Amino acid sequence: MPTVVTDSTKNKLAGRRRSKLNMQIVAPYLFVMPFILSFIVFFSYPLIQAMLMSFQEVLPGETRYIGFDNYKKLWNEDFFQALYNNTRYTFWTVVVLIPLPMALAVFLNSKLLAGRNFFRSTLFIPALTSVVVAGIIFRLMFGELDNSLMNSILHLVGIPSQKWLQSSSLSMLALIILATWRWVGINMLYYLSALQNIPKDMYESASLDGAGPIRSFFSITLPQLKPITIYVTTISIYGGYAMFTESYMLWGGKASPQGIGLTLVGYIYQQGFEYFDLGFGAAIGITLLGITLVVSMLQLLASGMFKKEA
Amino acid sequence: MRNKSVPMALSAVLLMLTLAGCGNSNGNNNAGKEENAQGQTTTNTGTNQTGTSSTAEPVKLTLWTFVEQHQKFYESMAEMWNQKHPEEPIELEATTIPYDDMHTKLLLALQSGSGAPDLADVEQSKFPNFVKGKPQLVELNDIIEPELPNIVKSRVDIYSSDDKYYGIDFHVGATVMYYNKEILDQAGVNPDDIKLWSDVEKYGKQVLEKTGKPFITFEGNGNWSWWPAISQRNSDQVDQDGNPTVDAQVNIDTMNFFQKLVQEKIAAVAPGVGHDTEEYKGFMNNGGAASVFMPFWFMGRFTDEMPDLKGKMIIRPMPAWEEGGFRSAGMGGTATTITNQSKHIDLAKKFTAFAKLSKEGNIEIWKQLGFDPIRTEVWSDPAMKEANKFTAYFGDDIFDTLLEVKDEINPVNIREISPKVFDVVRNDAIPQIFQQMKDPSTVLKESQEKLVQQK
Repeated sequence: MPTVVTDSTKNKLAGRRRSKLNMQIVAPYLFVMPFILSFIVFFSYPLIQAMLMSFQEVLPGETRYIGFDNYKKLWNEDFFQALYNNTRYTFWTVVVLIPLPMALAVFLNSKLLAGRNFFRSTLFIPALTSVVVAGIIFRLMFGELDNSLMNSILHLVGIPSQKWLQSSSLSMLALIILATWRWVGINMLYYLSALQNIPKDMYESASLDGAGPIRSFFSITLPQLKPITIYVTTISIYGGYAMFTESYMLWGGKASPQGIGLTLVGYIYQQGFEYFDLGFGAAIGITLLGITLVVSMLQLLASGMFKKEA
Repeated sequence: MRNKSVPMALSAVLLMLTLAGCGNSNGNNNAGKEENAQGQTTTNTGTNQTGTSSTAEPVKLTLWTFVEQHQKFYESMAEMWNQKHPEEPIELEATTIPYDDMHTKLLLALQSGSGAPDLADVEQSKFPNFVKGKPQLVELNDIIEPELPNIVKSRVDIYSSDDKYYGIDFHVGATVMYYNKEILDQAGVNPDDIKLWSDVEKYGKQVLEKTGKPFITFEGNGNWSWWPAISQRNSDQVDQDGNPTVDAQVNIDTMNFFQKLVQEKIAAVAPGVGHDTEEYKGFMNNGGAASVFMPFWFMGRFTDEMPDLKGKMIIRPMPAWEEGGFRSAGMGGTATTITNQSKHIDLAKKFTAFAKLSKEGNIEIWKQLGFDPIRTEVWSDPAMKEANKFTAYFGDDIFDTLLEVKDEINPVNIREISPKVFDVVRNDAIPQIFQQMKDPSTVLKESQEKLVQQK
């Protein structure tokens, strides 16, 4: 009898140990489960579905596979115009939205500037507004009548009224101004936090060695900000190629004249929903994914992101 | 900036829409169950067939529209229906969703097979998308065909495919001239003398010289100027078989004439490059131009958004292209459709016929919405002369003008390629012609070529 008892207690102990072990294995998966599930449902599944759709003609009750036909259709001037518009927009947003927020952050980080908290918040507030509302306001600001805001400003310096949203270069300018107004605060915030992580003693020893503020900016601040610059550039490229709402709102939900405001996502919207060619829309989407991947990879390679830390 | 990759985001939206749709269809199912339960109780407790009717419980019908006024109209029609038909009452649940959103949601709900409402408004230029593949809308021939002699047939033909009707329009959309009488008086021009388009050039010069104002305006990035004009001349942008005909000779001639008017400053390109823009309405409200031609439904824009012109504007037929030529064109429109996901198709059909085809429904369409109803007999009904905000603004002879042009409206062709044709004409051809002053013939031929290639 006693031996039997010990056996059963042994078994119980072993069982407990085993379940503890199981818990240790299962628990992490349990904790990441919400993320994995939402990732599968909202990202993986739609992505795979979009890939399949890009090879289909999707019609109610008559969906069928058509091979590469949707991709063949991509070779047309509208697609290239959208690609050109996006590339131009991305280029200019990167040109403006890296140096400007960086400079602003350096100024707003300086203790010498009075009211810097005020400026920090005012520069950040646009990021909190909805793009839709901002787009409507900008559309009115860039109106073609003599009394629109931008035209009144032009009159002050003696330039006649412009039809802002009818011209390719002027409307690109309007888009860049909108993007700058909206995103400068966010990028500035990234730089501000990065600036505060630069050790003070680096500046101290630099000034002991006789470096002035300009020299220490280029030799200490700029190199120290490199990781954040890479990050901001990457998201700017994504953002530039994914731009849709800004151009959609600027032309009041209607297509822009001669496609001057057509973007790739706008093209997806036009083909997928306005012409109800969901398969072609999916093909544009997959192509856009490829383009952004390639551009970002090139940029990351060029900035030495994949090199081993020296 | 947003660092989501786009296809993912879009597909996520798709998925969410589908999920949202599921919730909706459950609602429909419940409504169906209620009705079934109700059906049982009436047979159990009812003493005779007719006696049960007064206690009938309403059937829930859902409806999507993109115009708030349409929603109010449907709701009032449901009330009226319930008074007249207490034996099968309706509980109408109407929702207004923004234009693009609504059409997209509806397309996706029909594509995915769940989530669509019982009834939905579909705008004319979006309609071709709904008959692609296997149409997911209910055929309405049984309610439309008996009424065909009484209605303007072209307004249901637009929403047909393979001889099946899928929708009923709100209005004829007869295009008319809106004259600013004040400016014409200043220039000493009598609007009734303007009978032909050549008169527009003649009297337009007079207005320009006397007042310095343009006589007329054209859309610089829109379709409401050229399209009605070519429709008057029995032409169109798409032919019956769905082939683009943008560069037909008469279309080019029309465009040449319009461009000449712009060059002579008799016509101005609308500020905001369209007639339905804030800029344009401000411009007109300040007496910017002496006239504009737009469909009948544009009246509401005058009464609501150009209040200073009250009492100054009058409505007349369009000028014809030659003696005896047509003086109007039917433009724009929105149809009521029934989706095949409805659990109460019969009742939905009865209600649609009541709201959109019956005499009382058509009178309400004028009274509440200010549209020219498709049932022509009501145009001469005394109800049309009753004072409302439109007669107060334009005078009470509005329908006299309409009756004059009643038989001078050509049907328009809306086919699968139409959305593409509209986009190319609106956004590509017309800006080049009216703003960059390029040769209409060259531009329209290029557009035609582009459309044929895409086909």
